[in-house]
Amino acid sequence: MENPILEVRKVSKRFGATQALSGIDLSFYPGSVHAIIGENGAGKSTLMNIIGGVHQADSGEVLLEGREVKIHDPHDALRMGIGFVHQEIALCQQITVAENIHMPMLDDAGRPLVAFKEINRVTRELLADFDSHAHINPRQKVSELSVSQQQVVEIVKALTGNCKVLILDEPTAALTQTETEVLFRIIQTLKAKGLAILYISHRLAEIYQIADTISVLRDGQLIGTRPASQLDQLSLVHMMVGRELKDIYPDKAHDRTGEVLLEVKGLAMEGVFSGVDFDLRRGEILGFAGLVGSGRTEVARAICGLYRKSAGEVRLGGRRLEIRSYKDAIRQGLVYLTENRASEGLFLEMNVANNISVIDLDAVARYRLIQRKAEASLARRFVEEMQIKVASVAQKLRSLSGGNQQKVLVSKLLTISPKVVIMDEPTRGIDIGAKTQIYHLLRRLSAEGVGVIMISSELPEVVGVCDRVLVMYEGRQCGILEGGQIDEKSIIQLACLSPN
Amino acid sequence: MSQPNLSAEGKSAPSRFRRGLSGFQGFREGTTIVIIVVLGFAMSLLSPYFLTGDNFRNLFMLFAINGFVAIGMTLVLISGGIDLSVGSVVAFVGVVTGSLFFNAKMNIWLASAIGVAVGTGCGFITGFFVTRVGLSAFITTLGMMQVARGATFVISAAMPIPLQSMPPAYKFMGRGIIPGIGVPFVIVLFIVSAVVFDFLSRRSTGIRKIYYVGSNEKAARFSGVNVNRVRMGVYVLSAALASVAGVLTIARFNSATPYYGDTIAFETISAAVIGGASLNGGEGTILGAMLGMALLALIQTSLNLLDVSPYWQSLVTGLILLTAVSIDFLSHRHKA
Repeated sequence: MENPILEVRKVSKRFGATQALSGIDLSFYPGSVHAIIGENGAGKSTLMNIIGGVHQADSGEVLLEGREVKIHDPHDALRMGIGFVHQEIALCQQITVAENIHMPMLDDAGRPLVAFKEINRVTRELLADFDSHAHINPRQKVSELSVSQQQVVEIVKALTGNCKVLILDEPTAALTQTETEVLFRIIQTLKAKGLAILYISHRLAEIYQIADTISVLRDGQLIGTRPASQLDQLSLVHMMVGRELKDIYPDKAHDRTGEVLLEVKGLAMEGVFSGVDFDLRRGEILGFAGLVGSGRTEVARAICGLYRKSAGEVRLGGRRLEIRSYKDAIRQGLVYLTENRASEGLFLEMNVANNISVIDLDAVARYRLIQRKAEASLARRFVEEMQIKVASVAQKLRSLSGGNQQKVLVSKLLTISPKVVIMDEPTRGIDIGAKTQIYHLLRRLSAEGVGVIMISSELPEVVGVCDRVLVMYEGRQCGILEGGQIDEKSIIQLACLSPN
Repeated sequence: MSQPNLSAEGKSAPSRFRRGLSGFQGFREGTTIVIIVVLGFAMSLLSPYFLTGDNFRNLFMLFAINGFVAIGMTLVLISGGIDLSVGSVVAFVGVVTGSLFFNAKMNIWLASAIGVAVGTGCGFITGFFVTRVGLSAFITTLGMMQVARGATFVISAAMPIPLQSMPPAYKFMGRGIIPGIGVPFVIVLFIVSAVVFDFLSRRSTGIRKIYYVGSNEKAARFSGVNVNRVRMGVYVLSAALASVAGVLTIARFNSATPYYGDTIAFETISAAVIGGASLNGGEGTILGAMLGMALLALIQTSLNLLDVSPYWQSLVTGLILLTAVSIDFLSHRHKA
């Protein structure tokens, strides 16, 4: 094998009381895609941030082409040939593609004026490699591009400084299936040019498609590095979570013949989805699977009155649901957990009690005046029931971990003793312990007679938790799997390969 | 105002400390009180006139009327909005009322009621543009500021309306002193209102919803809060309180002045921010804003007593606002 282009040796990093990384040794080779995987909080991002110059390691060294280097900031990294494409797109929307791509290099050019002709020409050349996939004009404003095109711009921007190592952090998070395939073709092109590609993702299927080597991190430690071809998925999951799957997921429902709690017929939202039909029975957990952008979230929100449906009907407990807003749905006992915890769920500057009481303030108020004791004791009840780790219910949400924030959000929905809960990505961005608790909670709710719908992009959890799975593809419902039919392969077949 | 990150270190700290931190809201108010006391003490040494009853009465009169506006402004800021039109609304309501009384010979109380109704209507219009049309509060209220000021000039022909002929009961509202306790009526009215609004802001479900909307508008919507109704509510309330201030202003000065009130928006926003309101919404208290008003009034009185030119006064109050906003910004930086 050739010499590694980039090595990290005994790299450790602490944040406060958290040991984010301890003694990581890794080597990355040119012309190879090296996937780094692990649960959230495993240390993937910290490691990439150290390589990309965002953070400094407490100890250990980084070697580039055999020589030790000190990377002080992202600009340093770029000059040394380490490009970093972050998960969130961070382009200036109002200026052109060429200007964005040259932004890191503008100062280095040593000229007071921007040479537009020059940068447009260079950009066109850089884009030529991808153009068959992307069709981007250097003079276009970034805001006119699609998300996947913007990502191509991000990648090209990362490549400007004679790039040898390219870090891609969750690059497919916001992409559709087609766009993901385009991205993978681009990665193949770059690989052929001899770049070392560091690929972070938690989507296992995707990793097998693209990676040559897989390294697994857990709790800041390197669990192992293997060629992708020699590592089956079960062992991989085992390496990631450090325990057996049967401990993670609760038992499935034995009986799926309970009364119908929620009935959806011919539901449609013009231009977004149509023809959604399903029943939700007492005692079962119904999963919504499908790719991001397939319309799962929109269906859930249309059912709850957060979005306006254009056709179809929803019956709750046998009665036709007439709602004008989400508030009406809440009154009827139908609640929705958002997939975007921070932007649509939490009041970060407000405390635990305030966050839990919000959907039914009248329950803790008398004469429209909030009774603080009632509000605090409601919160304490849920803190105990949901095992939320807080110092007190007066603690601000900002200071809680993702898992505990999520439990607060779930508690908020349960304050009204709902008849049906729809949870959109209920375990996104939380650690495995909290995930397990959420799975068991869903099962318990379901056993208590609450209708439970779980929307998820994580196939293992859909398979592990759900009794029935509705699969969507590009705004259409393309099938419902039951019992023994539920496995990752069948879901993927329906979700990606449905005939148009 | 910010909550320090309580991650790892916070968890091992004693609970009293933690409760102290989560009551950080009170800290900003505490700081303001300390500054007021220190400044007051310094002034009592520098000017023999400072510690007299007359001076305190003037001091209070200075901010009592605009204090009503500050209550509304604080609620607007908590909701994540801003209302630049308040000063114009104060003048507008004064001129409408004054003109109905002086030119149309209407009963002053009826004229005031109409004035307040018209002023409150400005809030409905602002609320309509913000919630239905979807314009930013800054632009909408900037427009409303000019519209109301323009209407004020049109009605008054840009001339002050003399109102000396108002009945004594009406004048009493603005400048009368309650016999026995020797305190001006308007100060009592203001203090009662401030206390009531402060209580409501901590306890009422309606105002709690303003905090939810300001803290995270989408999350409020995803919790079943009618966001548009809340936002409409704060602009109507802000305009209504500005209208009350408009009526009290003419009662106090015996005239309706079309140029009046051009600094009120500045003063009340400054006061709310000094008292802990955040321009990002979700934070702030009525008590804090009142302390902010008191501090600004104290500074103004001090500069007067020290014979500092009025030109310097604007400069000083501007710098104080910049300082307060900087503190607000720095303490929110971790949000980014």
